[in-house]
Amino acid sequence: MSVQPFLIAAAGLFSIGIYGILVRRNVVMVLLSIELILNAVNINFVVFDAMLGDALLQGQIFTIFIITIAAAEVGIGLAIVLMLFRNRKTANIDEFDLMKW
Amino acid sequence: MVTSNLISFLAEGKATYTDGGAAAEYTWLIVVLPFIAALLITFVGKYLPLKGAEIALATIGFIFAFSSYLLYLNVTEGVASEFFVNVGSIGSFDLEFGWVVDGLSIMMYFVVGTVASLVFIYATNYMKGEIRYTFFFTSLTLFAGSMLVLVSSPTLLQLLIGWELVGVCSYLLIGHYWENKDNSSAAMKAFITNKIADIGLMIGIIVLALSTGTMRISEILYQSTHDYESLKSVAYLAGVLLFIGAMGKSAQFPLHVWLPDAMAGPTPVSALMHAATMVTAGVYLLARMFPFYEGMANQALDVVLLFGVITLFAAGLIAIVQDDLKKVLAYSTVSQLGYMVAAIGSGAYTAALFHLWTHAFFKALLFLGAGSVIHAVHTNSMKEMGGLRKEMPRTYITFILGTIALAGLPPLAGFFSKDEILASLSHGGYSAYFSIAVAGAFITAFYMTRAVVLTFFGEYRGNGHPHESDSMMTTPLIILAGFAIAAGWVNIPGVYTGFTDWVTTRKTPIVEYHPESFDYFALGSGLLAGLTGIVLAYYVYQILGRPEEGDQKIKVEPIWNLLENKYYLDDFYFKFIVNPTKSTLANLIDRFNTNILDRTVNMFGVAASYLGNIVYEKFDQGGIDKALNISSASTEALGARVKLLQTGKAQQYIMYFLSGVIVISLLILLVL
Repeated sequence: MSVQPFLIAAAGLFSIGIYGILVRRNVVMVLLSIELILNAVNINFVVFDAMLGDALLQGQIFTIFIITIAAAEVGIGLAIVLMLFRNRKTANIDEFDLMKW
Repeated sequence: MVTSNLISFLAEGKATYTDGGAAAEYTWLIVVLPFIAALLITFVGKYLPLKGAEIALATIGFIFAFSSYLLYLNVTEGVASEFFVNVGSIGSFDLEFGWVVDGLSIMMYFVVGTVASLVFIYATNYMKGEIRYTFFFTSLTLFAGSMLVLVSSPTLLQLLIGWELVGVCSYLLIGHYWENKDNSSAAMKAFITNKIADIGLMIGIIVLALSTGTMRISEILYQSTHDYESLKSVAYLAGVLLFIGAMGKSAQFPLHVWLPDAMAGPTPVSALMHAATMVTAGVYLLARMFPFYEGMANQALDVVLLFGVITLFAAGLIAIVQDDLKKVLAYSTVSQLGYMVAAIGSGAYTAALFHLWTHAFFKALLFLGAGSVIHAVHTNSMKEMGGLRKEMPRTYITFILGTIALAGLPPLAGFFSKDEILASLSHGGYSAYFSIAVAGAFITAFYMTRAVVLTFFGEYRGNGHPHESDSMMTTPLIILAGFAIAAGWVNIPGVYTGFTDWVTTRKTPIVEYHPESFDYFALGSGLLAGLTGIVLAYYVYQILGRPEEGDQKIKVEPIWNLLENKYYLDDFYFKFIVNPTKSTLANLIDRFNTNILDRTVNMFGVAASYLGNIVYEKFDQGGIDKALNISSASTEALGARVKLLQTGKAQQYIMYFLSGVIVISLLILLVL
């Protein structure tokens, strides 16, 4: 069985994520897009792991790590978004340019 | 201690003396110590209980003790050695310092040590409460030290250094009360007169050094006794030039004018200067170079003799008309120096030094006695003294002893030394000079008796009630009186002639006439002249009437005026040397100063300020500052532009980041 279809699927997922980050104005949507990118990476890990037949299953273990960290990241990210929304009454990412000169 | 490779012993000479051993090796101590002491007195003297005098006393005490031991060594076994320390070489010329320990030097060490010790003790009291007390002792110590540098020097260069140091110290001491213009002028006069003579000495030294190729006195003397042609050709010139130097320090006519004026200094200074540390320098120089004069510069000795005789007579005459007690003694010193120089001139080495030796003691005594009187009556003028024998018995008796010693009555010191000079003159066949010297003996006795009568006899003419000085001042007088009595007994022809052996213990043998027994003709004439002088003066000033009227009885108007104006010598100097120098030369120098020196300096100043301005404007302001300003301004401008890139928009940043990733990826793909 070829790995190509899986890699194409992962690349598509990655591209959708990038597109989402760059284009969406809603912070929540940007966060979701980041999740998409992470999952694209996860797919790559699993696919190459299966293809190489690694006895230690290192690719799949990394995937589990990534899922864990992604969960934590989303937790913090959503909390920040919540606080921003409470202060600014908006979730538009263009409004948040505090970190400029 | 100096290491042995720096010292070289001269190996020649007779074997009748030793090298002096450790004592001679450490003789440099007495030369160096006064200078250390002077520094100490300057810096810590003020904080000590005696204001620095204790350091001076300790130093001079050490010098006295050391020189006494050296004299003892010289008397018992004879010492002659010299030590050289090479401090550097310029080509073939060695710059050497060192110290001589031989009969002549030891005699001088002892004279300086003894007289200076007594004068220092005396001065601690005499100067009490005076201005610049500490500085006075600094200078006094330096003065003694400078003289030791001079008499210890084995090279002409060191001799010249000591010579000049003595001059400087005398300047400091004569001008001790410089707030009074007269005193500072006197100091200046002494310094300049000496300086003029020093030029003679300096040229003489250069001539000698060039023709012999060495600065070492012993080698010059060796060459002069061994018929070296190069030295022989300049011997007369060098001899006269050295004598000109000696004329300044030893106050020979007509360069004696500074010495009477030097009485402006405090009396202890006069005593020290006249007895031990300054005026003897010239005689010492002539004595040190005596083998040179005897061996090669015989004709120069005629000049020496002539000036010596003129001095002894002319200065003695002036002493008769002086009213200032110290000036009588000053002219007396000049006159006695004339005797010493005349003795050298007649080839009588020992006689000159013998007179120096005895004169040092009795003249120090007379000066200190005069100081004691002046301390009591607060004036120098004999017109305001008189009758002091009752008030000041100790001063009176010691002064009388000094006077008798100076007048040359047996058995006091001056009798033997003056007799030896007269005998030498007589033996040399200088009958005219001999008669003048005998007349000088008469004059000496006359003016000293006059001074004694005016000071101590008759009625007191001054103000207040004079009292005898305290024991700190009279003890030195008594000790010196002892010397004035006994100093002559070391050289009695036919009885004991130890002094001759003392001072002839030298590396270079001395060829001179020395009387084996009394010359009864010379002795008789000298004694007769002295006695006549005393009796006549006593008759005129004491018996004929009141002492203060004595001058009137012997006054011969024109001669008296001539003498009172000191042969118009000062006027001559002022009219023909000082004033023309002052007006023309000073003008010239002033013009040179304003037109050339000042202008040059100003030019440099203007140029420097102009250059400074240019540097400031063009380089500092235009270059460095501008560069800095530009760089800061451009940084600021750049920053203003660049900061706009930082929008704070996260998506934009990701955009840039991605673009970068894509560009780099493409590059990697395409290029590699």
